[in-house]
Amino acid sequence: MTSSNGKPFGSVKNLLKRAEKILKERKKLKQEIRVCAGPGCIALGAKDIHKELCKQLDDHKKELEAAGLELNVTLSEKCTGCHGMCEAGPIVTIEPEGTFYTGVKPRDTKKIVEKTLLKDQLVDPLLYQLGHHRGGGKVKHYADIPFYSLQLRVALRKVGVVDPTNFDDFLAEGGFQAFAKAIAEMTPEDVIDQVEKSGLRGRGGAGFSTGRKWRSALRVKEDRVWLICNGDEGDPGAFMDRAIMEGDPYSVLEGMMIGAYALGATDAWIYVRHEYPLAVEHLQMAIDKLTNAGLLGENILGTGMTLNVRISRGGGAFVCGESSALMRSLEGKVGEPRAKYVRSVEKGLHDEPTVLNNVETFTCVPAIIDKGAEWFASMGREKSKGTKAFSLVGKVKHTGLIEVPMGRTLREIIFDIGGGIIDDRPFKAVQTGGPSGGCLPAGKLNLQVDFDTLADAGAMMGSGGMIVMDDHTCMVDVAKYFINFLIGESCGKCVPCREGLYQLYDLLNKITNGEGKPGDLETIETLCHTMEVASLCALGKSAPYPVTSTIKYFREEYEEHINDGVCRAGVCPKLIVYHINDDCNGCEVCRKHCPTNAITGEKKKLHVIDPDLCISCGICKSVCKFDTIDIMSGGKIVSRDVVA
Amino acid sequence: MTPSKKAGVGSPRSGAKTSKTKKKNGAGKNASKVILAATDEILAHYPLEEASLIMVLQELNDQLNWLPPKALERVAKKLNVPFGKVQGVATFYRAFSLKPKGKKTVKVCTGTACHVRGASMLVDELKRSLEVEPGEGISEDGNFSLETVNCVGACAMAPVAMIGDHYYASMTPGNIAKMLKKEKPE
Ligand SMILES: Cc1cc2nc3c(=O)[nH]c(=O)nc-3n(C[C@H](O)[C@H](O)[C@H](O)COP(=O)(O)O)c2cc1C
Ligand code: SF4
Ligand code: FES
Repeated sequence: MTSSNGKPFGSVKNLLKRAEKILKERKKLKQEIRVCAGPGCIALGAKDIHKELCKQLDDHKKELEAAGLELNVTLSEKCTGCHGMCEAGPIVTIEPEGTFYTGVKPRDTKKIVEKTLLKDQLVDPLLYQLGHHRGGGKVKHYADIPFYSLQLRVALRKVGVVDPTNFDDFLAEGGFQAFAKAIAEMTPEDVIDQVEKSGLRGRGGAGFSTGRKWRSALRVKEDRVWLICNGDEGDPGAFMDRAIMEGDPYSVLEGMMIGAYALGATDAWIYVRHEYPLAVEHLQMAIDKLTNAGLLGENILGTGMTLNVRISRGGGAFVCGESSALMRSLEGKVGEPRAKYVRSVEKGLHDEPTVLNNVETFTCVPAIIDKGAEWFASMGREKSKGTKAFSLVGKVKHTGLIEVPMGRTLREIIFDIGGGIIDDRPFKAVQTGGPSGGCLPAGKLNLQVDFDTLADAGAMMGSGGMIVMDDHTCMVDVAKYFINFLIGESCGKCVPCREGLYQLYDLLNKITNGEGKPGDLETIETLCHTMEVASLCALGKSAPYPVTSTIKYFREEYEEHINDGVCRAGVCPKLIVYHINDDCNGCEVCRKHCPTNAITGEKKKLHVIDPDLCISCGICKSVCKFDTIDIMSGGKIVSRDVVA
Repeated sequence: MTPSKKAGVGSPRSGAKTSKTKKKNGAGKNASKVILAATDEILAHYPLEEASLIMVLQELNDQLNWLPPKALERVAKKLNVPFGKVQGVATFYRAFSLKPKGKKTVKVCTGTACHVRGASMLVDELKRSLEVEPGEGISEDGNFSLETVNCVGACAMAPVAMIGDHYYASMTPGNIAKMLKKEKPE
């Protein structure tokens, strides 16, 4: 990594000069190999791939040079953040061609070097294959894959592009141009104006206008303003903020620096979710680098601006994502929310004025300053401008990280970008907004996604988790899942939330166990209503949404559980039985694996499950190679794949 | 200001050993010495004030794998925070464990994506075969503890289990036994 001479830049001019120099150097670069090191690809062994790639490059050094590719000068390799298409991982891309290799193994790196780099040939087996409905052909460049071509990346603009540990890389991709512009050419008032005009709304859940929040903090005339970046990402099924913090930490910091300039803040915190050690590592590296480069600390770029940024690892409590609870946690206390009438822009952290924004919100700011408010506002819809990142997961073919302009329909997101449902099963619902959100049915697929349409439909934008469900997902079970999650996360300060959640769980649990009674749904609805109006913070107020939305759209399924003891998805263990069908060839595998010896049968003869001994653990179904084990509920086959 | 991890005072593994030696009578004194030394070492890197509490506990938990009562007492005294408050914070946050752990911890992702792909069946099977509850207890052979975690960012491979740095992708109840066998410490 080339360093900036180890000396602080000292002025905006020096910073820009440096950026120009790097850009010139980069122009010499003929090829660059990017190994995706997002969480999904790391789990699949991306680090080994990078290691082996470096070795292969070294081994082929002479040949590469003969072909005009000098290591680190005209040819370089790097690890980047998440490319987004996690289901095709581990991913390796080669620029500038945009060659896209999927499912790469360490040993494939030899072929990549020998064929693609040296002979300009593609490694066919590594190319991405389109689905049948798109002709099934192979795709050479990622720009031609619908998953990418239908996206528009603003917050994720550098994730998967830059090496998150390399400052120069960030500069080469246009980093810090916005901060330089803000600090050299704009007044704090101008900055806030631009942010406000852009129509940017907070990406952390509530969707409050960022410009307005900043302006209201400006009005509070106090010496000190705290700036906080919320990287707690509490939604248990989402990883957008993580991908940004891990994959592009400098953009998060640049956004915070612009915010600090606009607000006159000198001290800032980034509160990172407990489970994200790599995000902490990359952010800390970036902070250290910026401090050494004179972009953080005192007298930033010789302008007299001061900003110190510190990182705090969250304690692993969902409620701490709520702004006032987060501030208590930063003070070293138990993270309990405060009543809303205390405004944190006036009395926040240590009872001093505080501005808190989400990771993605901050990351959008440099783009807005760089390209202008009009540009940002030209994307999206009337009241929801710009783009939004989602983690598109669940029973969808192309699982991963995406970003689209506000206003795309759910259908476009799930079927065009996501490629539809795994195994082409029927779509049942999509859950948005995490534990504060709701489930939407097939009838809502044409909904244009933005803050207000989702809320009107009984779901929520939330932070951007989008979980796709098929006919093998039980909606009562999903509701129970979220309530169970929230029981563990409610801080317990107020009664409606604490007790309400327990009561709700109890009722839902009974229903999924086949012990529901007529009238339960009405009781649940009353409970939900009470919690919505009487809870202290948004956790309790929005906790019922997963329940109310599923009752609203999937009432039938609840009634089946209650009246007929049937779980049509084949999920609720107490309502299903496992059954071996006539295709069984007596291979004995299931019998040997059953932990309760519920299966009997002789070799090469039909096996039978004793329902009284069966504990519905699902082991037999997952080990059967011939797919002869069915799940029945209410006397009908409702088979469910144990693993999608 | 997140201080970098200081080497020396035991890895998570030695933490597990600490708790085991403690069970054997006689070595108890030694174990509590180790615990207190680790605690003091960590405390030395922070301003002795309430605001440091969570960060100190985090580092302690990272090192020892859990928060022994002795360590909490020492933290309370040094940071001048009432013991009850320290305990309150330690119980409130999920990141902290107030009980010792097995040599290895099996983490099952119960994030939403993993849930809809059957994570609860994995948890049930692990509970049954290890005879422990998530977040509580150690398997009889002292090898494993069980934990559930939220999305680990590998939803494409859901449902996911993790042991140490290793991810087990697209898990089924049927291949849990194999995983445990492979991971069994020597
Ligand atoms: C229970 C609860 C959990 C929350 N979790 C998060 C979170 O994990 N990340 C986040 O950015 N905002 C979260 N929020 C929203 C924050 O309170 C706050 O509105 C937001 O961070 C403000 O930033 P923004 O305006 O940029 O969106 C949560 C809110 C509640 C009520
Ligand atoms: S609503 Fe729930 S989480 Fe919020 S303050 Fe009340 S008890 Fe705590
Ligand atoms: S929900 Fe399990 S990895 Fe995302």
